[in-house]
Amino acid sequence: MLDLPLIWAGLIATAVLLYVVLDGFDLGVGILFPFAKSKEERDVMMNTVAPVWDGNETWLVLGGGGLLAAFPTAYSVLMPALYLPVLLMLAGLILRGVAFEFRFRARNRGRKFWTQMFTGGSILTAVAQGLILGGFIQGVTVRDDRFAGGPFDWLTPYTLLVAAGLVAGYALLGGAWLMLKTKDNLHGDAKRWTLISGALVTVLLAAVSVATLLIHPRIAHRWGFDLSAGSSVDFGTLAPLLLIPALGLVGLGLVFVMARKGSHGWPFVGALVVFLSGYLGLAASFTPYVVPYALNFRQAAAPDNALGLMLVGTAVILPLILIYSGWVYWVFRGKVDEESGYHH
Amino acid sequence: MELDALLLSRLQFAFTISFHILFPAFTIGLAAFLAVLEGLWLWTKRDAFKVLYLFWVKIFALSFGMGVVSGIVLSYQFGTNWSEFIRITGGVIGPLLAYEVLTAFFLEASFLGVMLFGWKKVGNRLHFLATVLVAVGTTISAFWILSANSWMQTPQGFEFLPDGRMQATDFMAVIFNPSFPSRLVHMLLAAFLTTGLVVGGASAYRVLKERRKGAVQGWTESRISLVMALGLIAVLAPLQLLAGHWSGEVAHHYQPSKTAAIEAYWTTRSDQPFHIFGIPDRDAQKNHYELSVPGVGNLVQNVPKDEVIQGLDAWPKEDQPPPFIPFFAFRIMAGLGLLMIVLGTAGVILHWRKRLFDTGWFLRFCVAMGPTGFIAVLAGWMVTEVGRQPWVVYGVLRTRDAVSPVTTGEVATSLLAYILVYAVVFTAGAIFILRLMAEGPVAALAEPAPRQDRAPGSALARAPEDTTPGSNDGEGA
Repeated sequence: MLDLPLIWAGLIATAVLLYVVLDGFDLGVGILFPFAKSKEERDVMMNTVAPVWDGNETWLVLGGGGLLAAFPTAYSVLMPALYLPVLLMLAGLILRGVAFEFRFRARNRGRKFWTQMFTGGSILTAVAQGLILGGFIQGVTVRDDRFAGGPFDWLTPYTLLVAAGLVAGYALLGGAWLMLKTKDNLHGDAKRWTLISGALVTVLLAAVSVATLLIHPRIAHRWGFDLSAGSSVDFGTLAPLLLIPALGLVGLGLVFVMARKGSHGWPFVGALVVFLSGYLGLAASFTPYVVPYALNFRQAAAPDNALGLMLVGTAVILPLILIYSGWVYWVFRGKVDEESGYHH
Repeated sequence: MELDALLLSRLQFAFTISFHILFPAFTIGLAAFLAVLEGLWLWTKRDAFKVLYLFWVKIFALSFGMGVVSGIVLSYQFGTNWSEFIRITGGVIGPLLAYEVLTAFFLEASFLGVMLFGWKKVGNRLHFLATVLVAVGTTISAFWILSANSWMQTPQGFEFLPDGRMQATDFMAVIFNPSFPSRLVHMLLAAFLTTGLVVGGASAYRVLKERRKGAVQGWTESRISLVMALGLIAVLAPLQLLAGHWSGEVAHHYQPSKTAAIEAYWTTRSDQPFHIFGIPDRDAQKNHYELSVPGVGNLVQNVPKDEVIQGLDAWPKEDQPPPFIPFFAFRIMAGLGLLMIVLGTAGVILHWRKRLFDTGWFLRFCVAMGPTGFIAVLAGWMVTEVGRQPWVVYGVLRTRDAVSPVTTGEVATSLLAYILVYAVVFTAGAIFILRLMAEGPVAALAEPAPRQDRAPGSALARAPEDTTPGSNDGEGA
């Protein structure tokens, strides 16, 4: 018999990771929008993501819908717990989502407005997702399988720090993506943005890592630290886990060395590695919980027949989705330049 | 406190879903229309079809974008505002929603990029395939969401676990629940009719304009699309009457309290009248200012005259749906449906007599009917959703037991935020769409042909807009 809850936990974790890196770079492009020198540069920046952003965002719907379907109890606890940041995220997603079409349609003042909405919506989405992530990791108050905390539980110095880190992280992904997809002056700008956001990510990632160890004793224990009495360290537990931050350092190294060299593709690979490392680090901290530190993935899982039914379809459809999503990226491969600036 | 969060959550859901449904109702049909146009262009090589495609795909892009963002709100709102509903029923309807994402959303979102931006990146056939897959995706999406909603109307194939949550006993029974087939057909027809009415209205507006400018001979783009739209309406509007009737019979059988609310029947009896008008009053348990036709109520319900039809008095007050909205919304929907039949029939007759493009009153009628599909869809959903109350899952789970443990302040904040954001976004979207419609497909003809080696992101569909005379009033460089 397959361990269905475990498989689904893995699938949803993968969907969320794919969402974070895919929508991450197009949100990052929005965050970097105000730093572009001209309307033409902004047009090119937007055109690098216009054909793919909608597909990228669908991974968020799969993450949410998958959580609903596979772990309904977790979904029904987390959403009320994170009510206001989820609202902020949705408002941000709406404003930036329609900006793709509206900015092309609008005239003078309208275009300026939708340019600002694209930036504002992207930043709002990133901040809200940071607050959601932080609020998730610091833990949720649960009684009788229901959320039992207050409306502002998610608002702490820790969650604000995570939000800042995620904004910087998305900017890094966006900058590196633009290095991959643009040339000439814009490529030069993208290189600068990548290096600056890379530096911010280095500082904030380190701060988040330390803060995460302190936010809950369970996390410290997971990493081999005993902070209660005498502050001992269990190196047997810690040593293998150190591979994760090591991976992050490799990623950052790739970003800095290759961006400085003016490489086109490697900084993006580096940024992806940084995100993978951050994701694994957090995942290692809170597994097996889907509602930290109250419900694990088995307690929150849907009945086996529901999980089984979904797995049959997923096993067939998910590979197809990956193939045609990949094909779309292949169709739109290569550099985007002002030749595509059909709006004067 | 609970009650206020409940009331505000209901208002918020009604508000956000009402805005959302406008876009699927339009894009399901429009995607199919675009697939037909592109197919006709590939087949006949007539440029008019391509011009029409390039015109309507711009409107599709705007509408689809608004549909996507307003839809994401809904998929999270189940959790933020109706977490108890998901906690209890998630194991049953969760897979249906998950299948919608897997089989429809990815298909639509991925191939939309190719459809809008890939004209010169892929061959004509592959581009056509992308259009078709987007259209297929929108229909699959309707399949799953209608299945989930229909299960909430006519639940079956489930059992309760000891902890109060539900588990499916038979997923085929869940998916193909009794009200699903009729409601899917009814909704798909509604979507195609909505698109037909919008295309017909916008085309008639252009034909009127062309007429005013002087006699335009031959088959202009707007004339082609007007005939296509009217042909569609002439066929589908009568079918919709049958589908609606089918849906009503299913409701009568499985949700008798909904039928009682729609017809504002307070008394259980045989030989029911048909109320044309009335003000249903829940407190008095009767209608004021009733205007009725005696003796035909049973006929309308398609049951023998001597058969008893339940009135709202068959249920205790706390189990009665509020009849006011279902009663009026149903009459608005059915009235508009009849007007659509008139529109389609008159259009066919006028075209037969070769008078279609010269009959001013009829063209203005087409323009006036343009938005009625949206109104009918909204009215229809109000009938079915309000008519299901006080249940969220009919007869099984009450709406008041489905709400999230959140504060009134939170829900008030989110409702205000959605009203504000939607006001900005959908006003702007409506202006862009109406502006495009006023320009018409002919403006697209004047647009220069796209260059061969376009970079990604150069949507052919929208490419040359700014170089079109008259479309860039006052726009600075």
